[in-house]
Amino acid sequence: MATEILMPALSPTMEEGTLAKWLVKEGDTVASGDILAEIETDKATMEFEAVDEGVLGRILVPEGSAAVAVNTPIALLVEEGEAVQDAEITAPAQAPVPADKTLTSESAPAAAITHPSPAAEVDTTPDWPEGTVLKKQTVREALRDAMAEEMRGNGDVFLMGEEVGEYQGAYKISQGLLDEFGAKRVIDTPITEHGFAGIGVGAAFGGLTPIVEFMTFNFAMQAIDQIINSAAKTLYMSGGQMGCPITFRGPNGAAARVGAQHSQDYAAWYAHIPGLKVAMPYSASDAKGLLKSAIRDPNPVIFLENEILYGRSFDVPDMADFTVPFGKARIWRSGTDVTIVSFGIGMTYALEAAEKLAEDGISAEVIDLRSLRPMDTATVIASVKKTNRCVTVEEGWPVGAIGNHISAVLMQEAFDWLDAPVINLTGKDVPMPYAANLEKHALVTTAEVIEAVRTVSYR
Amino acid sequence: MAARKTTAKPAKPNVSAEELKTYYRDMLLIRRFEEKAGQLYGMGLIGGFCHLYIGQEAVVVGLEAAAEDGDKRITSYRDHGHMLACGMDPDGVMAELTGRAGGYSKGKGGSMHMFSKEKHFYGGHGIVAAQVPLGAGLAFADKYRENGRVTFTYFGDGAANQGQVYETFNMAALWQLPVVFVIENNQYAMGTAQRRSTSTPDLYTRGAAFGIPGEVVDGMDVLAVKAAGEKAVAACRAGKGPYILEIKTYRYRGHSMSDPAKYRTREEVQKMREERDPIDHVRDLLLQGKHATEDDLKSIDKEIKAIVGKAADFARESPEPDLGELWTDIYAEAAE
Ligand SMILES: Cc1ncc(C[n+]2csc(CCOP(=O)(O)OP(=O)(O)O)c2C)c(N)n1
Ligand SMILES: [Mg+2]
Repeated sequence: MATEILMPALSPTMEEGTLAKWLVKEGDTVASGDILAEIETDKATMEFEAVDEGVLGRILVPEGSAAVAVNTPIALLVEEGEAVQDAEITAPAQAPVPADKTLTSESAPAAAITHPSPAAEVDTTPDWPEGTVLKKQTVREALRDAMAEEMRGNGDVFLMGEEVGEYQGAYKISQGLLDEFGAKRVIDTPITEHGFAGIGVGAAFGGLTPIVEFMTFNFAMQAIDQIINSAAKTLYMSGGQMGCPITFRGPNGAAARVGAQHSQDYAAWYAHIPGLKVAMPYSASDAKGLLKSAIRDPNPVIFLENEILYGRSFDVPDMADFTVPFGKARIWRSGTDVTIVSFGIGMTYALEAAEKLAEDGISAEVIDLRSLRPMDTATVIASVKKTNRCVTVEEGWPVGAIGNHISAVLMQEAFDWLDAPVINLTGKDVPMPYAANLEKHALVTTAEVIEAVRTVSYR
Repeated sequence: MAARKTTAKPAKPNVSAEELKTYYRDMLLIRRFEEKAGQLYGMGLIGGFCHLYIGQEAVVVGLEAAAEDGDKRITSYRDHGHMLACGMDPDGVMAELTGRAGGYSKGKGGSMHMFSKEKHFYGGHGIVAAQVPLGAGLAFADKYRENGRVTFTYFGDGAANQGQVYETFNMAALWQLPVVFVIENNQYAMGTAQRRSTSTPDLYTRGAAFGIPGEVVDGMDVLAVKAAGEKAVAACRAGKGPYILEIKTYRYRGHSMSDPAKYRTREEVQKMREERDPIDHVRDLLLQGKHATEDDLKSIDKEIKAIVGKAADFARESPEPDLGELWTDIYAEAAE
């Protein structure tokens, strides 16, 4: 019984090729590993090796033949002493095409491209029960408390990063943690972001719950491959087997006068990535409640803090175990005339603007997204259906901004309710300048928010 | 501490006939599996990148012989051999290669991305050297838990030039992590011969600056690999921190299926195959030591052929993943 030798696929994109040259002739004995022919693919000339051993009984496709389809029989291999029966030579039949190759972008069923639509229900439950005692706390203290509480509750939680231990944190977020938890769980790393991000992800694969602090997110660019390719994608690539419960946290965005390399907002970068969760709190209670949720989450979470906000005080509920869920926006001010959507430090400008606008009789509803992935678009849509106008405010750059995404969602989900085009306020499309006056201009300002609201309100 | 070259061949192998047969069988399984994968690729049943391990079989088989239950392993995209050697099911591996529901990642990972928590196989990574800090992180978790486990972290001669390797060496040594860094030096990184990419040829000395001991090992000799592996693992388990093994090996096939391999001569490959083949080596030990007859080996060959044939059948018959799988496994649900 002869074995057919088929035209091989020799590259990921090859569908046909040229049989340039036979290097064996009929009657030759071939062993596994011998080169049978030279084949020109769409990319290169390749040597085609024998896998089975035997005698080349018959060449079916002569050399020089072009456009030979993959899987066409090109020769017959027989056993020693065996002759080719003419009956065995089938006409170079239509090559069997594997099922997945038949699926083209045109033929792919629509089901494959449907997108989960935003949750229709708006969750309006308050963050803490009525009557809860509140205490004033800075964002810095709230973040420290969140980590300390989670570390007390779960021995697998540990903190690693540059200067997190003995120095008590470059921005003093981890103050006191080394004393309480010891050097096994509060680990000073060398200055080696790519390396320790990878070690953190590996430790999470190994079942621990790391908190990896970046001194600032500017330096996480050195580690972004591990964050995206290893942390975010592995659950999917493993068919659900290999989760990565890790929190990457640190200050993000412009501080003050530290120049272009130290002043960048990464919100849109990380929010782009399926497999990551992204939180960007503004207030101390959100910083605390979201960080606790981040540490408990079985997925990789990017937790974007802000240096300027660290020292601000807010009301924080005095509760034994206070958490804020991801994907739930917070309405800071209700209003009827316009919706202002922001997050992180952008909320400072949004709230200031709303205050001033109120004096002029414009009632703005101010929504803090709090988490960017998942994003509570339901709350934004419901608000815009009421106010019919929307301005988004963020510190990052304008191309591919979070505001762009919100505009797209509103166009699809609330087009008929919009009375004006949505305006996306962002940082200016320039690297951050150092000069004090230029830096102010590069950032979003309260005045710009007020002006944008007037524009969408036609007043 | 200093890196040193072991020149001495391992003393007359103190190895039983049964052990030798196991190595022969395990290496042959990898070879036949890879040959079959190459065929299925040629037929268009396997797509994309497919990196075969043919020629390097003694490396994983030797090191697996030095591993204990619960030890972990992690490697690059050239991962089929590692999975078979640690006992993963050839059916599930082959079905992942064909992108089918029965694959280890339900068809969503492919040749380069498979995992098995059960067998402590942590992938399957497509970014050159990314697995190196990940492997050290696994060892970090084991040290944190004080469970006495060791992680084998495999990477190539090309990967050995990535910065994250040295970031990892530093922290692994600083924190005394129980990790064996296995450099599979097959002499090429795609089309780049090691001498064209590497300022100093001896990769086993690359840990010297961090105080990590290193040894160079003949990777075509499964017994030499096993002996070196045992030594490295013993050092890790004794709490002495990481260990580097530079294992000299050779890949017979192209870098991936679409490699025209113009960067080396046919003769170079042929010479390796004829003179240094790791499977022939064990075969000779078995026959010359009268541990096995030609017939014994034939029956092993037959058994392997059946396993691989079954895997290929499974990989063709397993259905493509349900379209709903597109949207699953992006996020893990919190365990309540
Ligand atoms: C960061 C990165 N750069 C480049 C590539 C493309 N690439 C894939 S494998 C490879 C060669 C690696 O060679 P080596 O580390 O010696 O491993 P081997 O393939 O020989 O097993 C390259 C350049 C990649 N996957 N990742
Ligand atoms: Mg190599």
